[in-house]
Amino acid sequence: MSDTLLSVKNLVVEFPTRRGILTAVDNVSFDLERGEVLGLVGESGAGKSITGSAVIGLIEPPGRIAAGTVHLAGQRIDNLPSEKMRRIRGDKIGMVFQDPLSSLNPLYSVAEQLVETILTHKDISKKQARDRAIELLDEVGIPAADLRIDDYPHQFSGGMRQRVVIALALCADPELIIADEPTTALDVSVQSQIVSVLKKVCSEHGASVILITHDIGVIAEVADRVAVLYSGRMAEIGPVRDVIKHPQHPYTKGLMGSIPTITQEGDRLTQIPGSMPRLTDRPPGCAFAPRCEMAMSACHHSHPSEENVGTARVACHLITKMGAVA
Amino acid sequence: MPMNKETGRKMSLIVRILDSDIWYSFTRSKVTMIAALITFLIFASALFAPIISPHNPFDLASLSLMDSLLPPAWSAEGDPNYLLGTDDQGRDVLSTILYGSRISLAVGLVSVAFAAVLGITLGLIAGYMGGRVDAIIMRIADVQLSFPAILIALLIAGTVNALAGGMDRERSAFTVLVISIGLSFWVQYARTVRSSTLVERNKEYVQAARLIGLHPFLIMLRHVLPNVMGPVLVIATINLALAVITEATLSFLGVGIPGTQPSLGTMIRTGNDFLFSGEWWITLFPGAMLAILVLAVNLLGDWLRDALNPKLR
Amino acid sequence: MLAFIIKRFVQSLVVMLVVGLIAFVMFRFVGDPVDQMVGLETSIEDRERLREALGLNAPLPMQYWNFISSAAQGDFGTSYQFKRPVAVMLGDRLSATLELAIVSAIFALCAGIPMGVFTALYKDSVLTKLFQAVSLVGISLPTFLIGILLIYVFSVQLQWLPSFGRGEVVDIAGWSTGLLTSSGLKALILPAITLGLFQMTLIMRLVRSEMMEILRSDFIKFARARGLTPRAVHFGHALKNTMIPVITITGLQLGSIIAFAIITETVFQWPGIGLMFLQAVQDVDVPIMAAYLLMIAFLFVFINLIVDILYVVVDPRIHIEKA
Repeated sequence: MSDTLLSVKNLVVEFPTRRGILTAVDNVSFDLERGEVLGLVGESGAGKSITGSAVIGLIEPPGRIAAGTVHLAGQRIDNLPSEKMRRIRGDKIGMVFQDPLSSLNPLYSVAEQLVETILTHKDISKKQARDRAIELLDEVGIPAADLRIDDYPHQFSGGMRQRVVIALALCADPELIIADEPTTALDVSVQSQIVSVLKKVCSEHGASVILITHDIGVIAEVADRVAVLYSGRMAEIGPVRDVIKHPQHPYTKGLMGSIPTITQEGDRLTQIPGSMPRLTDRPPGCAFAPRCEMAMSACHHSHPSEENVGTARVACHLITKMGAVA
Repeated sequence: MPMNKETGRKMSLIVRILDSDIWYSFTRSKVTMIAALITFLIFASALFAPIISPHNPFDLASLSLMDSLLPPAWSAEGDPNYLLGTDDQGRDVLSTILYGSRISLAVGLVSVAFAAVLGITLGLIAGYMGGRVDAIIMRIADVQLSFPAILIALLIAGTVNALAGGMDRERSAFTVLVISIGLSFWVQYARTVRSSTLVERNKEYVQAARLIGLHPFLIMLRHVLPNVMGPVLVIATINLALAVITEATLSFLGVGIPGTQPSLGTMIRTGNDFLFSGEWWITLFPGAMLAILVLAVNLLGDWLRDALNPKLR
Repeated sequence: MLAFIIKRFVQSLVVMLVVGLIAFVMFRFVGDPVDQMVGLETSIEDRERLREALGLNAPLPMQYWNFISSAAQGDFGTSYQFKRPVAVMLGDRLSATLELAIVSAIFALCAGIPMGVFTALYKDSVLTKLFQAVSLVGISLPTFLIGILLIYVFSVQLQWLPSFGRGEVVDIAGWSTGLLTSSGLKALILPAITLGLFQMTLIMRLVRSEMMEILRSDFIKFARARGLTPRAVHFGHALKNTMIPVITITGLQLGSIIAFAIITETVFQWPGIGLMFLQAVQDVDVPIMAAYLLMIAFLFVFINLIVDILYVVVDPRIHIEKA
């Protein structure tokens, strides 16, 4: 059995609007191994959430997957009929969203929501489902789980709620968890707790994780590999340590330089001039070219193709031409 | 074409309108365009009723009882002179519909205007002055909102009519109707304007204006009103349909426009007596006109609401 | 929560007192009560004595108080036209109006909710477009016109259903009902549809827009992401959340239905309190007008109060104290 759990190839997601077709995700490819944590980073609007939604099949019409394929454990899932895809959701792929308060139905207790999800995918008795639910709450670190399980969502604090959400995503033992900005809506003090809970529980269940975020600190803590998206396209993808310490793509370099660290003193933070183009005004050629210090004429005319550079894969004309940057 | 600033500005305004989202959604929807056309036609025919209608149904001298209760022109006993037939007084139904819709529309428009002015004023006052004045106005508004408008209009119109006894109802009916309908509708305007006023009140330019000595109230008028025009317009359009329905209902019930110069509602009331004896045209034609008018205005209002709703853009 | 209930109760009381004031002013100052009650030949001394006896010379606040307290005990005075106690007249006809109102409300709910759900879930279906056309008609056509049209089609042309009156009624412990006789049931159909159509369209539109809004929310997205069946998502989650605002508004509409009954009762000559009120307006029978006003106001205020309280009780977010 191959170790590759998820294989996304040349994914294109489009949204028709009255001003024309918006390409939110443009030719993105990546693989995910079993047990791996892949970080998906980028600015707001770079296409990371949409990529996650595409994998789990939740792109809302009129948006659609226009090209490319998504394979889960060897089986193609992007073109399944809706009933088959529904069965995969929750059972093989779980998803965690940003705001735990709005993710939970305020009118049902946590127990009811957990039991419902478990019973949808597993053929066991209600009592067994409830026991399983209590176990899960325990695993994600809710104290006195058997007492609190009958509480309503608004009775939990933000961090606790997100743990409930994680438990819900894991109910049916999926092989893949997609976490879309799981910490953005939480207090800073709680953020790293949630991320470690996520990592721990997922590895205990043997689930791989796609962690979508704009916070590189979080990625540095828990991810094995990281993919950097820019304006709907993949800029760079590689092992976390390497991408952070030795970024190859000019955008990634700018990103890493703009993160304050406790150890660095006195230096100014790099700021990338300009801003990411809107999907409606993407420049021809490399999307980053207008802001790139090292842009060459080729950069303004054609898309760079992805090249292997060391442990990473990078899409940059400069790299293609000159090889790795130190 | 000589391009001076004035022309340039006018052209860019037209270009902006044609390019705007609102125009786009307007031309996209055939239904809305038809509704707008129909509304326009009805308004026009009501406005020009004296010119285009074949008879003058309000001129008592021109009526002849011999011509009463004639069916529409296309049936056996019909008279081509009276296209849609005549009522029991010998009035030409078609002409009466034209004149009647004039009255109905007039009542509708004036009462909506009255409600809007009243509501906007009260909303501004409540929002600007705050405190007890605000509390009182809003309390009245809340209470009034829990009663349906038609009931309020009916109570006011009914009571006034009862009070006035047999007094000159012909002339006062219009005013009474406008006031009672207007009084039942002001609340929505007041609420919308009040919340906008509350937002603007705290802005710095209001404080600045106070320092200069300019009356902030006038400044609020110039700044709050533009912000509020969109929702007010939507409310007004939907209100217009409701006002016309309310007038028709009140007239049908006998507390609206009296029978000698009937509105659409009054015609339906008169004609109701003749439904069973077979003279259906006296009721059904005015009824159809009323229905089409209200439907068209409602469709426009629906479209306007969707077009101006930022959430749906 | 108790504080909230008390506050609302006091508010309701204040509103009733204000309405009572309006009714009192109408009662006392529209026309002259004494003139209404006596003939033209009665002497001035007799009129004066009558005035004293009726308490019409007492200070106004006192008269107001008398009026309010009598009304609270169910004494609304005597009808000018019919010379009978208004309270008795109201009682006779109340069941007619209430029965009509309740049947219409049930019709509106049973038709409106499913239609609303359908149009929210199947946005592009032909049936949806049909329902929306019907709803537009329901909102645009004035109630009386709908009644007249129904009468024209079903009574005049097809002669299937009666066009006026209640048919045969059966008296059960003071409540007269038409539900137990076939003529009673037949007479109920057209008026109930006429009265209920507007409410039905309101409910349908409300359910539709609430549900569409909720279907876009995050917890629905999460429910789908968990692989719940469409049925669980649409009915278990979406519909349940839609119901709270729908029930609230429908409850509030109940009073509205009773008020709109005036129109329906006029069209169908239905012997209810609405028709009685309208006739009182024509006859300038002020005691009846004042009594109707008080009753309707009370009904509205009462219903609003109950709905507000229920809302607080039912929504777990407000009902359970925060942990």
